[in-house]
Amino acid sequence: MKTEVAYRGSTNITFSSPLLRDLRAIYTLWFRDIIRLWRDKLRLIGAFVQPLLFLFILGGGLKGRVLTAGNTHMNYQSFIFPGILAMSILFTASFAGIAVVWDREVGFLKEVLVAPLSRTAIVIGKVLGGSTNSLIQATILMGLTPVFGMHLSFWKVLMALGIMMMIAVSQTAMGIALSVRMSSSQGFMVLLNFIILPLYFLSGAMFPINGLPNWLSVLAHLDPVTYGVDLLRGVFLGLHYFSYPEDLIGVCLFGAVMSFLAIRLFNQESPS
Amino acid sequence: MVKVRHLKKIFYTGKGARTAVNGLDFDVRKGEFFALLGPNGAGKTTTISILSTILKPTEGTVSIDSLDVTQEPHRVRQKIGVIFQDPSLDDRLSAIENMDFHGRLYGMSSLQRKERIQFMLSTVDLWERRHDLVRTYSGGMRRRLEIARGLMHFPELLILDEPTIGLDPATRRTIWEYVHFARKEWGMTILLTTHYLEEAESADRLAIMNEGRFVALDTPENLKKQVGPEIVTLESDPDKIELIKSFLCEQFGIKEFRDERIGSFSFPLPADIGNAIHVVQKITVPIQAMTIRSPDLDDVFIQITGKGVSSSSEAASPFHRVYRGKL
Repeated sequence: MKTEVAYRGSTNITFSSPLLRDLRAIYTLWFRDIIRLWRDKLRLIGAFVQPLLFLFILGGGLKGRVLTAGNTHMNYQSFIFPGILAMSILFTASFAGIAVVWDREVGFLKEVLVAPLSRTAIVIGKVLGGSTNSLIQATILMGLTPVFGMHLSFWKVLMALGIMMMIAVSQTAMGIALSVRMSSSQGFMVLLNFIILPLYFLSGAMFPINGLPNWLSVLAHLDPVTYGVDLLRGVFLGLHYFSYPEDLIGVCLFGAVMSFLAIRLFNQESPS
Repeated sequence: MVKVRHLKKIFYTGKGARTAVNGLDFDVRKGEFFALLGPNGAGKTTTISILSTILKPTEGTVSIDSLDVTQEPHRVRQKIGVIFQDPSLDDRLSAIENMDFHGRLYGMSSLQRKERIQFMLSTVDLWERRHDLVRTYSGGMRRRLEIARGLMHFPELLILDEPTIGLDPATRRTIWEYVHFARKEWGMTILLTTHYLEEAESADRLAIMNEGRFVALDTPENLKKQVGPEIVTLESDPDKIELIKSFLCEQFGIKEFRDERIGSFSFPLPADIGNAIHVVQKITVPIQAMTIRSPDLDDVFIQITGKGVSSSSEAASPFHRVYRGKL
């Protein structure tokens, strides 16, 4: 059954400026990620399981047995809550890289690579898509704060969102930088676990980083995720190890380096 | 439309360098249908990848509509449509979403997209299924969707890399109908790589590629003329075949023989010898059957690249199968 169409469309496509075209392309790439996220609701739900296990089982088990930065009156679950938020972002955002590997596996990436948009626009679109995804999940998790007796003001929520956005962007960019030249999603998962788990464990998400053995303390200082977790904990609980400017520099530097790397590597993968 | 000069592509791997394309020079005129033919590993896909801005050439230049593919890849990309050998759809999106995504990336307005999507999807008979996810589509439906998508933005040059591989004859035929329709509609140029000789038959010009080089480049008619006016197949007692061959060689200087089934072989009849009947009448050994036909591209390929096509290609290639069956 063919539908009769009289009009075949004008063969003229008006060319917009390269910048405008890239901006439209970024929106298009982002929008595709949102459609896919919405369609894959199981993934949305599944992503909550891990943070909740950490928060309620690990947090519940260690509650009252771990000293939290000398604040004996502080609930361990409240202490790790910002760390759990960071974890949720860390995992979902890095896995945006898997989406790129997956696109390469099923061939869809080629469709994007031959389209008239810059490689940089592709990276930005994917970073925004991945960050939005992880930010949505972290925002829903943030709804749990009253359970732990935390009451956040509107401004604090706004600040937390800003910080989480920055962490999400850096992590997605990292995932995309790593995805370059990776052609199997299984291999990529293994690589990610090798990188994400140490980043997470060393970040002070589960324990305070003051008074650590020297070697561990050095590693924690080197871990870029530490600064994001510290910043989040400062906003939520007023408890932080570094000063805010130090934290901000750490977070921004990591984001900038990762974004630069992702764009650079992606441009190298195939000519722009 | 397409200008290729001294094109070379070398892949550097851990094991060393491999030259996939080794010095190509050719032009494709506007509106021309140009086909690249050759066994697997001949460098066809590499050539196409360079033309479609996915790979950078190691040496040489390629320009499309006077735009250099390495200098101005964006402007080149806007002008070309590519249909890849392997699928390149997002199977978690519906047909309409895949098309809309494409239209947006190529800068089409929302009205233009709407009209174009409806027209293209109806043309390839997918309009009724437009809201279904692509993962529920059959292989043929996916291919049709890819063709519709590739033609959506009115490309001036359509690059088709083995577009009909693994498809049933009916789907292959419909796909060619759409492509030729688009060719007439806005004077599109076509660049095709294929294994299927009969698809290359309708090309304006065709290049035969082997080990990174062109071994022949001409119109299908001229290439076939090179083989000779006729191909003669003889059938006889299997034990006598060699005897007939040596007789033909001594008397007429015919040296190129091709074994068909047991007890049967064929040879291109040289133009200066004249009628095939006269030749065969001189053979004293009884001949059970004789067929005379005009040469096809299969014969051209065998004459140019030798019997084994190319020992470097995998035995499983459809190309091999096409004529292993005849050996």
